Amino acid sequence: MGLVPHFAIIAVSILFDGLAYAMFLFITSVGLSVTMGLMNFVNLAHGAFAMAGGYIVVTLTRTLGVDFVPALIIASVLVGLISIPFERYLYRRLYKATDLEQVLLTIGLAFMSIATFTYFYGPIPKSVPLPEWLQGDINLGFRNFPSYRAFLIVLGAFLIAVLWYGFERTNIGAKIRAAVDNRRMAESVGINVDLLFTLTFAVGSGLAALGGGLAIQLFGLSPSFAVIYLVLFLIVVAVGGLGSLKGTLLAALVLGVFDTAGKYLLADAGGFFIYAVTVAVLLVKPAGFYGRE
Amino acid sequence: MKFLGWLGCAALALTVGGTAQAETVKIGVVLPFSGANADLGHQVDKAFDLYVKLHAKDLAPNTVEIIKRDEGPPTGAVAKTVTTELITNDKVQIVTGFVFSPSAIALAPTITQAKIPMVIANAGTAWITNLSPYIVRLSFSMWHPAYPMGAYAYNKIGCKTAAMAYTDFPPGKDSTEAFKTGFEKAGGKITDSIPMGSPVQVPDFTPFFQKVKDEHPDCMYVFIPSGAHATGVMKAYGELGMRKAGVKLIGPMDLIPDNKLQDMGDAAIGTIVMGHYAVDLNNPQNKAFNEAWHKEYGKDSYPDFMSAAGWDTMHAIFDTIKKLNGNVSDGTKFVDAMKGWSTDGPRGHVMIDPATRDIVQDEHAMEVYRKPDGKLGEKILGTTKAVKDECKELKVGRCGS
Amino acid sequence: MAASDTESAARIVARERAADYLVSRHRFQWPEALPWLIAIAAFFIFPDRMTFGGQVLIMVLFALSLDLILGYAGIVTLGHAAFFGIGAYTAGLLIARLGYSEPISTLFAAALMAGLVGVITGWFLLRYRGLTLLMLTLATAIMLQETGNLRSDLSGGYDGLPGLTISPLFGRFDYDLYGHVNYLYVLGVLAVVFYFVRRIVYSPFGQALTGIRENVRRMHAIGSPVHRRLVTVYAIAAAIAGVAGALFTQTNAYVTLTVFDFDNSAKVMVMLILGGTGRLYGAFVGAVVYMVLEDYFSKLSPTFWQFGIGLLLVLAVLFARRGLLGLFEDAGRRLSKRKKP
Repeated sequence: MGLVPHFAIIAVSILFDGLAYAMFLFITSVGLSVTMGLMNFVNLAHGAFAMAGGYIVVTLTRTLGVDFVPALIIASVLVGLISIPFERYLYRRLYKATDLEQVLLTIGLAFMSIATFTYFYGPIPKSVPLPEWLQGDINLGFRNFPSYRAFLIVLGAFLIAVLWYGFERTNIGAKIRAAVDNRRMAESVGINVDLLFTLTFAVGSGLAALGGGLAIQLFGLSPSFAVIYLVLFLIVVAVGGLGSLKGTLLAALVLGVFDTAGKYLLADAGGFFIYAVTVAVLLVKPAGFYGRE
Repeated sequence: MKFLGWLGCAALALTVGGTAQAETVKIGVVLPFSGANADLGHQVDKAFDLYVKLHAKDLAPNTVEIIKRDEGPPTGAVAKTVTTELITNDKVQIVTGFVFSPSAIALAPTITQAKIPMVIANAGTAWITNLSPYIVRLSFSMWHPAYPMGAYAYNKIGCKTAAMAYTDFPPGKDSTEAFKTGFEKAGGKITDSIPMGSPVQVPDFTPFFQKVKDEHPDCMYVFIPSGAHATGVMKAYGELGMRKAGVKLIGPMDLIPDNKLQDMGDAAIGTIVMGHYAVDLNNPQNKAFNEAWHKEYGKDSYPDFMSAAGWDTMHAIFDTIKKLNGNVSDGTKFVDAMKGWSTDGPRGHVMIDPATRDIVQDEHAMEVYRKPDGKLGEKILGTTKAVKDECKELKVGRCGS
Repeated sequence: MAASDTESAARIVARERAADYLVSRHRFQWPEALPWLIAIAAFFIFPDRMTFGGQVLIMVLFALSLDLILGYAGIVTLGHAAFFGIGAYTAGLLIARLGYSEPISTLFAAALMAGLVGVITGWFLLRYRGLTLLMLTLATAIMLQETGNLRSDLSGGYDGLPGLTISPLFGRFDYDLYGHVNYLYVLGVLAVVFYFVRRIVYSPFGQALTGIRENVRRMHAIGSPVHRRLVTVYAIAAAIAGVAGALFTQTNAYVTLTVFDFDNSAKVMVMLILGGTGRLYGAFVGAVVYMVLEDYFSKLSPTFWQFGIGLLLVLAVLFARRGLLGLFEDAGRRLSKRKKP
């Protein structure tokens, strides 16, 4: 009799923790997915934008005394704006270049960012002061749920709703979807694809910065953040399918929950799970869940 | 006549020069200055720099020249290339530093062949000192804090059962094996042993800790690399309310690195660790050390056990240079002169065991509490004196060879 | 004269010109001796840096193996370190577990093991392309690494297998502190492997690979066994990467699981792109430039050297679109243009 509730509790735990982790993955990776799908540009500096967001949040909260949530918003907007000159003057020159050249450029940028942030912030990992309501936990009787992770889930859901609305229901969203599906056609219909690129890139980078800021509480922030978690983002994007909001979300959920479940149930298998799931999905659906062949 | 005068002068100069020659001792410092573990390298490097700055004059008329190189990633290959070149090109007479065990392991044959002393300031795999007669370790082996913690946890903390959670790489496995040996010897029972992912990425600790919480052991022994992991552990432990659920958090001092303690908040209060250093350690050398540190690096910067080891490392090197009058060209002599070296340093009394060339130091059981000034601190609950590396004493596994 | 006669005459001439072209490419041209001369000169000019030199040459070999699949067959992979690691561990385990330490036969064993895994994984994975293949190869390499960690009793985990003493080369040459013997050993192996790779690349098989890279649909259309060819070249590249890995273990007398790191795969790819893909010598230029500059920058600033390397990569992309080798080739072409009246 006690076994069923026990399994139920484990399942709820895994789902909750997995969901929180998935939200982080989604928020940080969705920008990369849309960039790669829309602009056909391999941006391995995406992790560096996330890291920049994190460090801006650190400075805002620690040095300037800004509250955590406003700091997140400011950091996202700032990084979004900063990314615009990168797109217009650097990335744009390589849209027609090969994937390999894009890889080289963005890895170079990532390296430079690591050294730069080491210079300004030092190599010691940073943390952020959280407001009262984000510390501690919510007691639901059978288990305590950390408030911060609940916050992640709620924030993630909110962003998903906003992005979905933006994609599916607005003009701009329609234009983006059109350009992802068939850029030439979109151009010939009169859509200003250049402007679209800049806008999408800025939003994607801003979201990455948000993810970076949220990650500090989960993983700590050090200058190597730019490359350590890059593989994770690439996996989410590949499994979800380039340029797809739905795909990134589904991939984040599947990977987040499986990774959490694996850690809980079979810790010995370690990092295996997330890669095994990746291989399994890609062998069956090479373009990811919602990618286009 | 004039010619004889010249000859006489030359002979005089040679004899005088021969006795009072000022030597420049070249020391190669190999630490991770860049990459994911740069913070560890910098903690040691700061201690090195501070010691040299304050004590260079003690060596007069001899001087030291420090040449620093990036240890690279924990593959051993870069450390090997870089250190080999320090020896063959820069002609250093001593190499020191080495945060990663693979670096020291990779270099053992090289320094044996070159007869260059390698004074380890961190690398903690127990059997490293067996690999070469030219290795001297000033820092610790994983067994130093972990083995005594086993007995202490059972006898003094009231842990009859314990679960172990560790980052899945050799230091984690060594530390938990050491704890298990000590714990079971004292009568305790290990309920679970959970690997928690690789050291490179800080994982989400929640699923691992939730599992332990569901098993209700008395205590949870955690080993993680000092740094960002430590903060993650404390946050997860706090968020899951494990202390309230009756699962005590114990571990080696890596669990509460001094430079991250203040960030850990209330969740850390009540954590008991076994370690050979804490900023709050009450001895005159440590007070002086902390004062000098804050003066040099600011009030928000704290030394930790790696800095303390770094400080003692440079101290040992300097003392040995003094002992040999700056004549350090014979590596074998240098190592012999270092054997049996002892001092009262920030860690308390430390000594180099002549039999193993490894450190012998006191291990303190420490509990985190909130000091009257509001900051978090560690109070000493008890001390095990003159702890040796039990792995080599008991000849466990590779330590026996 | 009939129009068809003129046509067929023209066709014969064209065919002969094409054949001449292929044959002329096959013959050694004098600039090709340059990297070898430089490598030998380095031995005499920088005798103190031969430990480093050996590691550079190993990277050249590793990059060369990647060029076969990336540059010639057009397969982009992020898991090439897997084969490097398999070769490294073959060498390591042979000594550590079986006490077998003859260096040259170990290289063959490493090539065999890595090539075998290359055939098996290639057969499954090479049906995919682009981001999919990148992630699949990456995941494979990481899972291999995790398996090694699971059985760290065998592999030594991240502390590895220490003290792997190799028997003297050819039974006579022992290994010295300065790495002289190691350098010449690796150089010798590199030369032999390079000769074979060059033969492959200028053979009909090599031409087929270029065809696959340039226009795979057409290759299918003319009935070329694309998948079989790809798996073959993948296995050969894997074997060569395995040799590089074995040399790594032998020259360091040590191996840890970090040989499978994603960093390793990424680094060798960056080196190759930097030097220039699909031209064999790009591997030389890229690996040497990258490693020498990395070494130089990290001595200048142990903490911030990555900035210099990052800047190098960015500038290379912006101003040297076909890699550094492309720069040399362009310069060479401009010089030869000036020579013509």
